[in-house]
Amino acid sequence: MSEIFEESSAVEKAVDKSNTPLQRRSFLRFTGAGVVLTGLVLAGCDDSLTDDELNAAASSDSKGDNNRVVNVGSGDFGILNFAYALEQLEAAFYAAVLASPYYASASPAERAALKDLEAHERIHREFLKTGISANGGTPIEDLEPDFSSIDFSSRSSVLGAAMAFEDLGVSAYNGAGPLISNPVYLGLAGKIVSVEARHAALIRDLLRYGNFVGSDVVDTRTGLEISMRPSQVAAMANKYLKPGSKINVSKLPRD
Amino acid sequence: MNILNLITEIERVDPEVYERLDQRRQMFRHFAGFGKKLAASAVPLAVGSMFQKAYGQSSGLSDQVKFVLNFALGLEYLEYYFYQTGLDSAGLLTGQARNSVTTIRNDERKHVDFLRSVLGSAAIADPGAGAYDFTGAKGGARQALFPTVFTNQGTFLAVAQALEDTGVRAYKGGAPLLISNNTVLEAALNIHSVEARHASHIRTVRRGGPQAVPGTLNSMPKSWISGNDNGGPAPSATAPVYGAGNPAADYPGEENTTQAGVNLASLPGVTMAEASEAFDEPLDPSTVLAIAGNFIK
Repeated sequence: MSEIFEESSAVEKAVDKSNTPLQRRSFLRFTGAGVVLTGLVLAGCDDSLTDDELNAAASSDSKGDNNRVVNVGSGDFGILNFAYALEQLEAAFYAAVLASPYYASASPAERAALKDLEAHERIHREFLKTGISANGGTPIEDLEPDFSSIDFSSRSSVLGAAMAFEDLGVSAYNGAGPLISNPVYLGLAGKIVSVEARHAALIRDLLRYGNFVGSDVVDTRTGLEISMRPSQVAAMANKYLKPGSKINVSKLPRD
Repeated sequence: MNILNLITEIERVDPEVYERLDQRRQMFRHFAGFGKKLAASAVPLAVGSMFQKAYGQSSGLSDQVKFVLNFALGLEYLEYYFYQTGLDSAGLLTGQARNSVTTIRNDERKHVDFLRSVLGSAAIADPGAGAYDFTGAKGGARQALFPTVFTNQGTFLAVAQALEDTGVRAYKGGAPLLISNNTVLEAALNIHSVEARHASHIRTVRRGGPQAVPGTLNSMPKSWISGNDNGGPAPSATAPVYGAGNPAADYPGEENTTQAGVNLASLPGVTMAEASEAFDEPLDPSTVLAIAGNFIK
């Protein structure tokens, strides 16, 4: 939970700078309470490592070291590596799905959709890896996923996880888009995010027809999709990454 | 806890809260998240005024930002009146298609209201349903492109797909122009992905639901755009929705398979179709206007 507190303390620091009266700070605690609620709902941060814990963890070159973390870096390449980490996760997930007992017995429509999704996510992964290098950045290493919480023989478990990954991808790209400074990279992220949204809508329709813009992903008052900050996204993604492969996004731009 | 009480409380302690929200985007997000936890019916009034003050003219939108938002607003009006007219057409929409169109109509209305609240007095006026002719006949000035749009559910959904896919491309083309204003940019991205969800769903409906296997790209499409989708549901009229914009180097057609110099189709085990499906393409304002212009009298 502490990455969320960190955000509210950043607000307090900014307020401190402007000599805000104490009274105003006490109202900020109100919003702090809101942050915690939102954070719990969106990030479910009960058992995830926080940025602080990840920072505190000793860096190590050994993949076997459970305290080791993968820092996605800073600036635009940090954002691109953050996206690359998520696409690695999605691609690995669908590769596992295509090899799963569920897929072997799925309906032709579901097999067709999942086959496309596997290809699209694999293309996103390879594109980001190649593109980061071609533009002078360094892609992060291959992450080791941990899908032990998913039952690959169960339709609801597989499609439920697919929905979580696709919705997470959309909210992550939307939340990270404004942190990108190069308009070309922003444009590329935009070309990917709408495909992720198309995926998410179909998977949601497979689970419950008509739920393509459910109130858990689209704000019912404004009709706007709900974004997530990189720290929230990392907390969720890290549940599906092995110790030693968990990502740290603490150096990414924040605003 | 009650969102209205909370906002009143905040206003009393910090009268400039709305002005400060623009700079403190994080804080604004927290309000939004907080409101979401509470009864939606209690929220719109207070939040509406918050949006206006937080995004609105007091903070000074640049002319470029106003242009992009008004451009988006124009498309949202078009979509809203299209769906509303469809729902008002007796016997046109039935069953699940009616439910879905109602959901989408409601989203488009919210997008209209949201963009108007952000633009404040700079918002273009609501043209009303009478400004549109969704048959494409321009009020009888030419032969209709879609004469059965409000009498045949299939035609209606085909036009809906074309409008949604155009909307996705239009927001994608506009987003980089908003890079100077993070708050507005994020809001535009948050509409963009919802339009993509709509587009996906309309496509799913057109092929007979999520458990039907996609068939022909024109009449039973995939939920994503494959190649140039054979020009879309009615190639003679909808080809520009999937084709290249102007200039083509910046706005390639949906069949594009090269991104940032990387030839995706040359990756191991990747087909041309898959390479094109994995990325959507932006469209320039003048091409979007030409498409939309078919439906404006």
